[in-house]
Amino acid sequence: MSYIKPAFRHPDLPVNDLGYTKKNYEGAISTLCAGCGHDSISAAIVQAIFELSIAPHQVAKLSGIGCSSKTPTYFLGDSHGFNSVHGRMPSVATGANMANRDMIYVGVSGDGDTASIGMGQFTHAVRRNVNMMYVVENNGCYGLTKGQDSATSDVGSMSKKGEPNPFEAIDLVSVALQLGATFVARSFSGDKEQLIPLIKAAISHQGFAFIDIISPCVTFNNNPGSTKGYEYVRDHLAATGTVDFVPMKEELTTSYQSGTAEEVTLHDGSVVHLYKGDESLDIHNRRSALKLIKDYKAQDKILTGLLYMDADSQDLHETIGTSNKPLRSLTEQDLCPGNKVLQNINDSLR
Amino acid sequence: MKPTDIKDPEYFHKVVDCQYACPAHTPVPEYIRLIAMGRYSDAYMVNWESNVFPGVLGRTCDRPCEPACRRGRVEDEPVAICRLKRVAADNKDDTEISARMPDIPARKNGKKVALIGGGPASLTVARDLMPLGYSIDLYDDQPTGGGFMRSQIPSFRLPETVLNQEVNYILDMGVVTQFNTYVDSLQSILDKNYDAVFVGTGAPRGRDLDIPGRRQGEANIHIGIDWLSSVAFEHTEKIGKKVIVLGGGNTAMDCCRTSMRLGADSVSVIVRSPRAEMKASPWEIEDAEREGIPMFENHVPLEFVVKDDKLVAMKFDRVKAVYDDSGKRSLVSLGKEPVLIECDDVCIAIGQDNSFPWIERDLGLDFGKWDMPMVNSVTFQSTNPKVFFGGDAAFGPENIITAVAHGHQVAVSIDLFINGEDVNKRPAPGVTLVSQKMGIHEWSYDSDVVNDVRYAVPHAEVQLSLKDRLMEVELGFDQDTGFAEAQRCLNCDAQTLFVEAKCIECDACVDICPTDCITFTTNGTQDDLRTRLSAPANNLAQDLYLSNDSLPTGRVMIKDEDVCLHCGLCAERCPTAAWDMQKFLYHVTKAGQ
Ligand SMILES: Cc1cc2nc3c(=O)[nH]c(=O)nc-3n(C[C@H](O)[C@H](O)[C@H](O)COP(=O)(O)OP(=O)(O)OC[C@H]3O[C@@H](n4cnc5c(N)ncnc54)[C@H](O)[C@@H]3O)c2cc1C
Ligand SMILES: Cc1ncc(C[n+]2csc(CCOP(=O)(O)OP(=O)(O)O)c2C)c(N)n1
Ligand code: SF4
Ligand code: SF4
Ligand code: SF4
Ligand SMILES: [Mg+2]
Repeated sequence: MSYIKPAFRHPDLPVNDLGYTKKNYEGAISTLCAGCGHDSISAAIVQAIFELSIAPHQVAKLSGIGCSSKTPTYFLGDSHGFNSVHGRMPSVATGANMANRDMIYVGVSGDGDTASIGMGQFTHAVRRNVNMMYVVENNGCYGLTKGQDSATSDVGSMSKKGEPNPFEAIDLVSVALQLGATFVARSFSGDKEQLIPLIKAAISHQGFAFIDIISPCVTFNNNPGSTKGYEYVRDHLAATGTVDFVPMKEELTTSYQSGTAEEVTLHDGSVVHLYKGDESLDIHNRRSALKLIKDYKAQDKILTGLLYMDADSQDLHETIGTSNKPLRSLTEQDLCPGNKVLQNINDSLR
Repeated sequence: MKPTDIKDPEYFHKVVDCQYACPAHTPVPEYIRLIAMGRYSDAYMVNWESNVFPGVLGRTCDRPCEPACRRGRVEDEPVAICRLKRVAADNKDDTEISARMPDIPARKNGKKVALIGGGPASLTVARDLMPLGYSIDLYDDQPTGGGFMRSQIPSFRLPETVLNQEVNYILDMGVVTQFNTYVDSLQSILDKNYDAVFVGTGAPRGRDLDIPGRRQGEANIHIGIDWLSSVAFEHTEKIGKKVIVLGGGNTAMDCCRTSMRLGADSVSVIVRSPRAEMKASPWEIEDAEREGIPMFENHVPLEFVVKDDKLVAMKFDRVKAVYDDSGKRSLVSLGKEPVLIECDDVCIAIGQDNSFPWIERDLGLDFGKWDMPMVNSVTFQSTNPKVFFGGDAAFGPENIITAVAHGHQVAVSIDLFINGEDVNKRPAPGVTLVSQKMGIHEWSYDSDVVNDVRYAVPHAEVQLSLKDRLMEVELGFDQDTGFAEAQRCLNCDAQTLFVEAKCIECDACVDICPTDCITFTTNGTQDDLRTRLSAPANNLAQDLYLSNDSLPTGRVMIKDEDVCLHCGLCAERCPTAAWDMQKFLYHVTKAGQ
């Protein structure tokens, strides 16, 4: 019987700039159903953060409630974490982010957690451009509570229960675009080649980076008739192109043919290369993305890949002019600068 | 790359690294599990069927299985396979084992076989042929059976009681023994109208060292293997105070340790080559060093120094090893003053050779290079179809387990030959593959991977054991340690089987695998694939297990067998049971099966 993952790892595992192997980024063994898409996403997050050479203690994982929201336990075991209340991850993330701008925030949510109970919170985190990666592990159902249809379930899609969903789906990607999200992508848990670079880019993005990841629930929503099962998704996938993420410190080893790839340089000098599959996409234009999503949907296709990004966006800290240091590093001197400073302030108000 | 043919029994056999490396292909993980269960007699019989001398080998085997053991690729040390075998032998129920020995037909089959030599090779042939009704005559020049296991391996490594028990399991089957009988003519044996003759006479001639002083010092210069056997049969009971042992192999280790027990005060092992190139097994060197025996490297013997007809010292030239581009070594003199080392006795342990002065050269039995008989390496038949060779006599000095492996194959050949069948048509191995699934997280083997490091075998106190040549130095694991060590085994015979039709490519197995064995990707050549796997796949000796291309995405599943822990997590995580853990049992088919 094995609920414990053996301690041995491949002896030739690569090490990153910090001298860590992937093992340093793993978490506890997953208790999700065998074959759940969410586990693949955890693995992709591990791989991406390992490759980015981010020290685990610099990351805070935040989640709500649901199978998806349980997953932070299964990756980055040495990072900070807060498993909040159903649908309330965005406000906890916002607060944490305000308190310490130096951390990297990985928010993990589900379609139920985000598109139903947490919709109000989600929208505000987007419009405030909180500097974080926000992942929705989208399986079209409430997995944890045994598979009820969620708000992202397509009209007519059938879960294991066998009844077609009567309601129109909320497309979180379109919502995020409309609310002003500054990095928007969609992916599939079963496509790590696409997902890992997207996560790397999202984490490096300064501002709210949203990835809607279709992630089949093998137990309740992977049956014929479901539009969120492995087979259906694979059959209907289309991609905006392929994405490559090159961190700032890395030399370009591959030579990129000009014209075929579009380069977006991030605030820290990293570069996102997009090899367009569809020439009509302009990733700097929200309307272009919204239109393309609709066009593909009309053809019964699920458009994945990087859809929109604004590399120069202004995040919440800049907008409201917060402390440029984490609050915990503020000394008594910083917080109580003394009578003279108070006098100055008072004078300025007179 | 082509999909893997898992129906080929050799594919999964190779995954069981220890069993594959064992010349007799002992089902190692199978008996290790039985030891963990405390089923020592069952574990003993699994061994006995394959390697015939579990008690002997559990103490003395060259253990090619251990360097092969997968555990050594994920941590520092392999499973102590050899010493676990001893746990089975030490704890078995002797009465039960005697009762489980094969029945020997009272009515013989009328066929007669002669075995020349009474070592492990001959005894194994007897073990396999006696139950089939053959009448067997065994000739050996020693007073009792066992060959080199008796005459060479000192009692402090292998107690006589252990050897006797296992030799007798075979002799008691009704083998007609002709001990103290040196066969000086193969013709005379053939004249006795045997249906087949087996030559298992070993490599009985120790190499000599022809340098100045050799003849004059004769009285105190000994050929290692002759000297060891004269100690074993108690013709020699003491040696001088200062002893030099020449040579760096296992015979040298036995000579030096035996000398310490026969009254020597100081013993030095002196080797021509650099120490790193000594042929002795590392653990034998360790044991000698524990007894305070120094080893000197890069000393080439020049002369035996004899004064007043008595050996007093040896002279050595100091050298260094130089390697040419092809890696060939030559020992180049440093041109320094020769080193003089005083001594009362010298043992020459620089190798052994075969010697067949007793085989006439007109029997249709051809000899080839180095005056060795021409022997088929699969059938062990010589060019005289009635005469078979095995053990050290066939291809030069090896070890006990190789002699046993040969013996089994010789028995197959002799049985085929006598029944008028083609000896080249070898029987296929017996294989079974059985699912181990008991529940979602439950397998019928202990799939947990323990982190314990290899347990050390306790030793008798050096001072005590040096006083008594017969006192066994290694004490063996007790049952508790045996259990703990057994748990280190990764159960490499619990094979991972993949069924394409069930796989939905959810990646669960890829994500859970602790050692990154599994990859789904587009097919390519092996070289190309090895660069595209989840983890580096640089161990070319280990196979890639490849699915066919019928998966939904048209990709293939590739599993690098190299460091699979056989933990079963891939199968536990698979939602559709596309992976299963199945126990693979591989048996080398024996004569008459
Ligand atoms: C010092 C020493 C230590 C060793 N230690 C180990 C060890 O720890 N582990 C290990 O695996 N191997 C060890 N070996 C090697 C091992 O003993 C041999 O490889 C093995 O015994 C070979 O078996 P065999 O059946 O081929 O022949 P042998 O065991 O050599 O038996 C051959 C027998 O035939 C007899 N014989 C030879 N010619 C004739 C003849 N013309 N007529 C009648 N009888 C004859 C010999 O006296 C002998 O009894 C050691 C060898 C030496 C020399
Ligand atoms: C306030 C509150 N309301 C309802 C629940 C019950 N509940 C638990 S998980 C869940 C839905 C989770 O769905 P989703 O976020 O899609 O996660 P999944 O399990 O599908 O990954 C619900 C409704 C709760 N835990 N708390
Ligand atoms: S119920 Fe669905 S979402 Fe939850 S763990 Fe199982 S497969 Fe994953
Ligand atoms: S771990 Fe066990 S089964 Fe695997 S090679 Fe080692 S001894 Fe054999
Ligand atoms: S048994 Fe499966 S999960 Fe475990 S190491 Fe082997 S391939 Fe990986
Ligand atoms: Mg859900």
